[in-house]
Amino acid sequence: MASTGLVPDALRRKRTRERLRTLGFLSPWLVGFSVFFGYPLIATVYFSFVHYNQIEPPEFVGLRNWKYVLTQMPLFGPALWNTLWLVVVMVALRVLFGLGIGILVTKIKSGPGLFRTAFYLPYLAPPVAATVAFVFLLNPGTGPVNDILGAVGLPAPSWFNDPGWAKPSLVMLSLWGIGDLMVIFMAALLDVPREQYEAAELDGAGAWGKFRYVTWPFLTPIVMFAVVTGVVQTMQYYTQALVAGKLASGVSIGPGTVIQPGYPDHSTLTVPQLVYSLGFQNFNTGAACVLSLVLFVIAMAVTTLLLRKRAGLIPAED
Amino acid sequence: MTTTTLTTRRAPSRSGTTGDPAARARARRTRLLHWIAVHTVAVAAALFFVLPFVFVFLTSVMSDDQAMSGELWPHEWHWSNYVTVFRTPGFLDWWKNSLLYAGLGTLFTVCSAVPVAYALAKFRFRGRRTALLLVISTMMLPPQVIVIPMYLVWAQQLHLAGSLWPLIIPMAFGDAYSIFLLRQFLLTIPQEYIESAKVDGCGELRTLLQIIVPMAKPGIAAIALFQFFSCWNDYFGPQVYAAQNPASWTLSYGLESFKSAHNVNWNLTMAATLLVMAPVMLVFFFAQKAFVEGVTLTGVKG
Repeated sequence: MASTGLVPDALRRKRTRERLRTLGFLSPWLVGFSVFFGYPLIATVYFSFVHYNQIEPPEFVGLRNWKYVLTQMPLFGPALWNTLWLVVVMVALRVLFGLGIGILVTKIKSGPGLFRTAFYLPYLAPPVAATVAFVFLLNPGTGPVNDILGAVGLPAPSWFNDPGWAKPSLVMLSLWGIGDLMVIFMAALLDVPREQYEAAELDGAGAWGKFRYVTWPFLTPIVMFAVVTGVVQTMQYYTQALVAGKLASGVSIGPGTVIQPGYPDHSTLTVPQLVYSLGFQNFNTGAACVLSLVLFVIAMAVTTLLLRKRAGLIPAED
Repeated sequence: MTTTTLTTRRAPSRSGTTGDPAARARARRTRLLHWIAVHTVAVAAALFFVLPFVFVFLTSVMSDDQAMSGELWPHEWHWSNYVTVFRTPGFLDWWKNSLLYAGLGTLFTVCSAVPVAYALAKFRFRGRRTALLLVISTMMLPPQVIVIPMYLVWAQQLHLAGSLWPLIIPMAFGDAYSIFLLRQFLLTIPQEYIESAKVDGCGELRTLLQIIVPMAKPGIAAIALFQFFSCWNDYFGPQVYAAQNPASWTLSYGLESFKSAHNVNWNLTMAATLLVMAPVMLVFFFAQKAFVEGVTLTGVKG
């Protein structure tokens, strides 16, 4: 290209080269982002306004899917309630328990490595395997947990088979896999400068005072991180709830069998499960897309809210 | 849950009292009590984390009848249960598929994440911050939001539903989580190394491959491990794309149907469960350091 005279040719060429270089390095992501994120997001919005059973051509129906999902669909309420319940209870307990185990680990003097490994390993268990194991362990009839509870004279709940206990059972399963949070909290706790504890002790601070005024300020960003990632993960909560419900219900499932998720009494039905069941079992594409957009809006709202409160989470540039 | 309150509220250690022997003895007693308290709580917590593995293992070697009984200790050790599991039709195919998905997925992710993370960490260009924010928001997006249109494309236009390719191919185009994690790691490499490489006449690609990649090995190992585990553990992906075709099932997806096929045989199911866990545990024991580093990197340096 001819020079315009304002910028020297060499500089222009250098800039173009740099731009091309940046584009070249970013190209895998640029393609991936547009094809596997941008396109489907736009298509989801489009499908939310059409009636489409994945066989006949789509037919525009305006807001009918939206009205149906938000006001008439009987499972929308329970699914949303379960998801929000899990977001609140599971995230709160995971952070508290993870912090507790993290603190505990830093205080262990004898065999710390052994304890650390023991606390960490369950985190590595594949979610399906962990869920299958817990459904067995908590099986009201043949599971060892109720055997032990019975032997020491404690009441033995029906766990995954009782609508009131199913969600708490899932929470217990998620507390078992707390290893990642433990490691993060442990690393943060070890970073707190020793001198600050000594200074606080001189000022007469007890254990609580030291935690409140020395440890906690160091921990807040990590706790925020754990809360935000926890909320994001729990909004997507799917595998454990689905597998636990299916196995506990005892339904034999071969390919092609359609079963309603959420056993018992929809108590483990989460929004992502409902999206799957609407889109891939009932072939109600429109309703499934409406529901996924609702999930998207809630996830975005919650995360931006949490991220704004503590801006340090997204790295401030440079 | 109870352990949490116990640990945070434990009595203060009144050390530092010097001087008379009585005070020193008191201090020693407090320290001993402290030690006992900490280790009691630790053992209780360890039981919560370890006992499920123990029960699962013990059940996996029980006879069919005993596994139904709720007894804890096996009368006889039926190691042959593991052979039976491997002989179950399909089980070996699931292994092969899991290895294919996790192996290729990891390879593709690393190859695509390295240049992108490098550009985001070290290049200055307009829209850099926007790009980073977009990467982060992709991480936040539940996969269920975009799965339906994606499935329709793979099934109706590309006719690849029923295989694992719809899960593997996208990984060649950058996984947001890996990009973000690796970028955080690359930020810790001083800019001077890159500049001196340039002074020595290294091109951009050569700088990346010969200077940055060797220095970033721990970060790359961490994202590779994470990606391997997340593919190995994935249930939703295989359920969407491979469910119609049992020949494409992975271990994570097949395990649940294994339980249904052997409806009453908890012993075989538990043996299969342990076999699904085994590779992950094995990899962990060999790559413990890289793994823990990766976890800390996400949380602490974020």
